[in-house]
Amino acid sequence: MSDATAGVPAVGTNQIYTLHVNGEDRDVSDAWVGESLLYVLRERLGLMGSKGACEQGECGSCSVLIDDELVCGCLVLAASAVGQQIVTIEGIAPVGAPSDVQQAFVDAGAVQCGFCTPGLIMATHALLDRSPEPSEYEIREELSGNVCRCTGYGRIIDAVQRVSVSRRSDAASASEVAS
Amino acid sequence: MSTTAPVAAGSVVDPTITGRLGDSPARPDGVAKVQGSFAFSGDLSADGFLWGATLRSPHPYARVVSIDLSAAWKINGVEAIITAADVPGKPTYGLISQDQPVFAAEYVRFVGEPVAAVAANHPDTCRRALEAIVVTYEVLEPLTDPERSVDGSFPPIHPDGNVFRHQRIVRGDTSVTGEVVVEGDYEIGMQDQAFLGLEAALAIPDPGGAGVELYVATQWLHEDRHQIAACLGLEDEQVRLTLGGVGGAFGAREDISLQVHTCLLALRTGRPVRIAYSREESFLGHVHRHPARIWMRHHATVDGKIVKIEARFVMDGGAYASTSSAVLINAVTHTQGPYKCDNAVVDGWAVRTNNLPCGAMRGFGVVQACFAHEGQMDRLAAACGLDPVEIRLRNAMETGDRLITGQVIENVAPVARCILETAALPLPDEPVGGHDGDPMRLPGGAGLTADRSHIRRGIGWGVAIKNLMYSEGFDDYSTARCVLRDGVASLKFATSEVGQGFVTIAGQIARSVLGVDDVVLEPIDTTIGSAGSTSASRQTWMSGGAVDGACRLVREQLFAHVGSQHGIDPLRLAIDGRDVIDTMGDLRVPVAEASAGVTFEETFEHHHRPTEDLDEDGQGNCHTAFAFVAHRAVVDVDPELGLVKVIQIATAQDIGRALNPLSVLGQIEGGIAQGVGLAVMEEIIQTDGRVRNANFTDYLLPTMLDMPDVLVSLIEEPDPMAPLGAKGVGEPPCISSTPAVVAAIRDAIGKDLTRTPVRPSDIVF
Repeated sequence: MSDATAGVPAVGTNQIYTLHVNGEDRDVSDAWVGESLLYVLRERLGLMGSKGACEQGECGSCSVLIDDELVCGCLVLAASAVGQQIVTIEGIAPVGAPSDVQQAFVDAGAVQCGFCTPGLIMATHALLDRSPEPSEYEIREELSGNVCRCTGYGRIIDAVQRVSVSRRSDAASASEVAS
Repeated sequence: MSTTAPVAAGSVVDPTITGRLGDSPARPDGVAKVQGSFAFSGDLSADGFLWGATLRSPHPYARVVSIDLSAAWKINGVEAIITAADVPGKPTYGLISQDQPVFAAEYVRFVGEPVAAVAANHPDTCRRALEAIVVTYEVLEPLTDPERSVDGSFPPIHPDGNVFRHQRIVRGDTSVTGEVVVEGDYEIGMQDQAFLGLEAALAIPDPGGAGVELYVATQWLHEDRHQIAACLGLEDEQVRLTLGGVGGAFGAREDISLQVHTCLLALRTGRPVRIAYSREESFLGHVHRHPARIWMRHHATVDGKIVKIEARFVMDGGAYASTSSAVLINAVTHTQGPYKCDNAVVDGWAVRTNNLPCGAMRGFGVVQACFAHEGQMDRLAAACGLDPVEIRLRNAMETGDRLITGQVIENVAPVARCILETAALPLPDEPVGGHDGDPMRLPGGAGLTADRSHIRRGIGWGVAIKNLMYSEGFDDYSTARCVLRDGVASLKFATSEVGQGFVTIAGQIARSVLGVDDVVLEPIDTTIGSAGSTSASRQTWMSGGAVDGACRLVREQLFAHVGSQHGIDPLRLAIDGRDVIDTMGDLRVPVAEASAGVTFEETFEHHHRPTEDLDEDGQGNCHTAFAFVAHRAVVDVDPELGLVKVIQIATAQDIGRALNPLSVLGQIEGGIAQGVGLAVMEEIIQTDGRVRNANFTDYLLPTMLDMPDVLVSLIEEPDPMAPLGAKGVGEPPCISSTPAVVAAIRDAIGKDLTRTPVRPSDIVF
């Protein structure tokens, strides 16, 4: 065996830990401690919605929330996320009942191949929670960590703006009702 | 299967999607994609599966002296290790000529060439097993300069020689000269398709190894199947392919990558096998856009009319043939661009080197030609004292004009209209360096970039012609089946949905032709005839034509049925909304009622008209059809740091007819992003045959911050040759957008930039 493998824990050394994902405790057993959060979410917990496209935090396809912070799941060791609140694309809305951001992406034509889309949905929710009425430039800046190769981004920006506008008008009509 | 099948393949009826041709209904796979439940090929799994991985050559050229697997076999969890000796069928594959080994046997010819593959219980076990395989190489001097392949000064690095193809085009009076002569040398870098959904596949062996089922992201299921079966030593029917969800393609999935390896490992172990490439492996494992060097000399009259074009193309195809010969033909036959030209002498070579293999990428040879001819048009404009728009209008091709191959352009050819409508789009109101002096609007953003007063703005033009569909005598066709029952239309085809939205268009066609709302899309697989490749801007035309044809045949059956029930000549019947109506009477029957309890079924193959080979002088009707486009780019340039901010791209595109305007817009904006990328950031760098930037940190892709505003004018002149009047729209956006951006940079800084992508050093020094 080569020196490169010396000291590497063998696969199947029975690491057991618990992750808190989408509001549930999920046990991870029989895992190698070197596995990324992205790998564990996908391959051990069956949450295939987070995608891997670069494995180095450049493309944003694996974006998840850890304690409300947007991170790249490929750059986080799963075992280091124990005790934190993890939200993935599967935790955004129930299947068949898309969130306003998800529906806007469909309606605006912001989805082509769709591989970048779960990460962009995560990033857009995080952006609009932080900044409900972002300028176009702010959208570009804040979502520039999510690479899309199909759309050229025009329809994605449109989708984000649609959500911002509809949330504002919803809020306005809610306050009218309240008053 | 422990995960759901891709929603695009075999989706249930979504009653909320009802759009017909000309509307922009939502994608049928849209909700699944935004919710993360759409199954891409890399998301597919099966009980008891193993991971597969590939050992690749570290050398651009070497002789394989020996391969020692003993240490790898000792690693716990390793279930199979295979090399060239384990390929039961044809040892090589390829789209046009089968010159690429499944695994290297005697020689490796590029960095990244597969040498062995393993199957094991965990990706990390695979990684350690690959590290433990000891390959002894005799390292050889690599052939990395394509000119040495052209001049024959390097010994053959492959039994098939170092030239994939040489094609000459000679047309008209070759001795004629122009009063104005301009010439230039142009260079185009190697671009990567960089789809986000990495290569991934799942192979499930039949009991006893009688066959294999493969779920894979590909552009052409049937062609894959044919090549895979040959290598496995099986009949085509023993290999069944289903489209795994495809995360983009752009040409990179037209060739075999992991298909044969995955199947071999599954058959060897008797267990399902998944292979999923890393990003680095993806860069090494698929073909790229050909780097090219192009010399062109244009002769013109003093008032700027092109008299003759001379050109020489050298396209570096890398180690294996892939589609190099076809890419070359596309390049040389588009030498003149969308301009009239009666006289020409062109020589083109596509050659073999020890660089990365090149093949299909969106634009397929025309991107390279266009970069050169558009540079020439600007030189010609300057030499004649004309502006870039005027020189192009004076030479604009029209229907009835001929290519330098002698082929008559029979399609709608609104070249002048593309230029004029682009010119009519407003220029940006953003002042040079951005509104409000916000430093983030400067090229390169905030930081120690140039003072705003030093920023220079430029405007540049690019105009293109692009052939649609396949060429040179290939009998290109697509197959579709339509079943109508109880008011529901079911469609079956093998058309690869790669993100472009054919699944949306297919439903629109069926709703328009049959007057139904509900459309079911059957799984996309090899249980029906071929759809051809999702490439060459061809699927709306070809598979759209097939779906349209099948639906029309079903409609004839429906009309015959209704006619016989009501004693009316079926020729009098038509679809109106959701009803069958008598155009000469009062009968009105809902389609759902007319098809209640009855099944109408038809299968249709759409073939495009035949094309011809080129003769030795490059003459012949080799292409099927053509589309046209114009781009105008506005850039701001920081001349001190060599940074470029593309401010705006305006475009008018000849699309025939917008079957789905939102999809058309998406294709245009997405194609322009790839064109901008090739203009200012995207290039695979190789040194002595070694790739230096096979990752997304070093291979730069346009982000949302890099993308300019895009203004679009759709030119809708339905093409009588197209089954639905619609031309393919996928490729034109990324063809002349690149030269437009580079021309704008030239305009800004007054430098003679002849290479793309433009690097900071090209601007500063």
